[in-house]
Amino acid sequence: MSLSVTDLSIARGGIPVLEGLSFRLVPGQALILRGPNGIGKTTLLRTISGLQPPVSGQVDGAEDQIAYAGHSDGIKPTLTVTENLKFWASVFGAGAIDKALAAYELETLADRAAGALSAGQKRRLGLSRLLVTGRPIWVLDEPTVSLDVRAVEMFANAVRGHLATGGSAIIATHIELGLDGETLDVGPYRAKPPEPDDFDGGFL
Amino acid sequence: MIALLMRDLKLAFRAGGGFGLGLAFFLIVTIMVPFSVGPQSDLLSKIAPGVLWLGALLACLLSLDRLLALDWEDGSLDLLATAPLPLESTVTIKSLAHWLTTGLPLVLAAPVLGVLLNLPAAGYLWLVVSLVLGTPALSVIGTFGAALTVGLKRGGLLLSLLVLPLYVPTLIFGAEVARRGAIGMETQTPLMMLAGITAASIALLPFASAAVLRVNLR
Repeated sequence: MSLSVTDLSIARGGIPVLEGLSFRLVPGQALILRGPNGIGKTTLLRTISGLQPPVSGQVDGAEDQIAYAGHSDGIKPTLTVTENLKFWASVFGAGAIDKALAAYELETLADRAAGALSAGQKRRLGLSRLLVTGRPIWVLDEPTVSLDVRAVEMFANAVRGHLATGGSAIIATHIELGLDGETLDVGPYRAKPPEPDDFDGGFL
Repeated sequence: MIALLMRDLKLAFRAGGGFGLGLAFFLIVTIMVPFSVGPQSDLLSKIAPGVLWLGALLACLLSLDRLLALDWEDGSLDLLATAPLPLESTVTIKSLAHWLTTGLPLVLAAPVLGVLLNLPAAGYLWLVVSLVLGTPALSVIGTFGAALTVGLKRGGLLLSLLVLPLYVPTLIFGAEVARRGAIGMETQTPLMMLAGITAASIALLPFASAAVLRVNLR
């Protein structure tokens, strides 16, 4: 299942942020998104995930294929690590959570309430959710925030494993993950400010 | 779907989940009314159906702002929106979980509290019937209100202002069923209206809630 984005323009809060963006993502490929803060990486990822409509252009092949991980992990503090993960596994119709727990070394924390985890441990739990979704395209928004070096390595390994089994991933990140994938700098696609019309232009 | 329902129920019963908030409020209101009205048992028995219904409605309202806001804050709502479950079923399940943790306890507590208000013996059955039929509408309408205000910090005021007018028909017909039942009049007309409102709310509002939620998630 490949994802293709054609001539996409997106806006945040009514202000255009990126325009004319096109790319293709084929199985086994990782795409690293780069760009300064506020350029519209999160908006782009939310648009691809179907959480908001594009201003113009098309996203094809995303329907029911995407596992999205944003800035928040969707973790309930009063449920245990296992309960949180089991919930997402059953929502996505996938079964076992053992592999996901093992991939991020969460086994020893399995029975702890998620509210008692550290920020990095929460993030690991949030990322392990991707493994139980069974979805082929991972859309990740700064997944390595608050992870230590070891956990970043666990994450990179999880992504490599995912790519090896025919999955693909779009990752917006500011750090070097050591993944071999294409890098897309969204900076050049920054939307031009709207042309002032004649009335406003007369004052400039 | 069942997983979502079980999770919501589990969360409600865990610490800080808010289960019992509505029930405690309902309890307080109905216990305080005899004190404020004074020892006039004939007056109390006259106003009992209305007070019980109003108490149940306000108790329901009290727990609405947590209905979707918590899932919004921790990002679960974004993830649920991208999950295979359609957003319409998600909000329906949320309404159901709200009813099970708020509406149902109110229904069960109402007859006990009726004693405190000197509710006439004939009224108990009709009180319970009207609450069973009416409280699901309160949960579904409340979910709609919660979906409308989900992105707002401290949206409780706006939520109450939006939801209370929508609660009025349910309150009027629900209380009317209980009142007529208590004085031995026939209850068919308000009962039909109440059931109609509930059925229409359950049938239509989940779609509206899902639609506004999609807009709010942008």
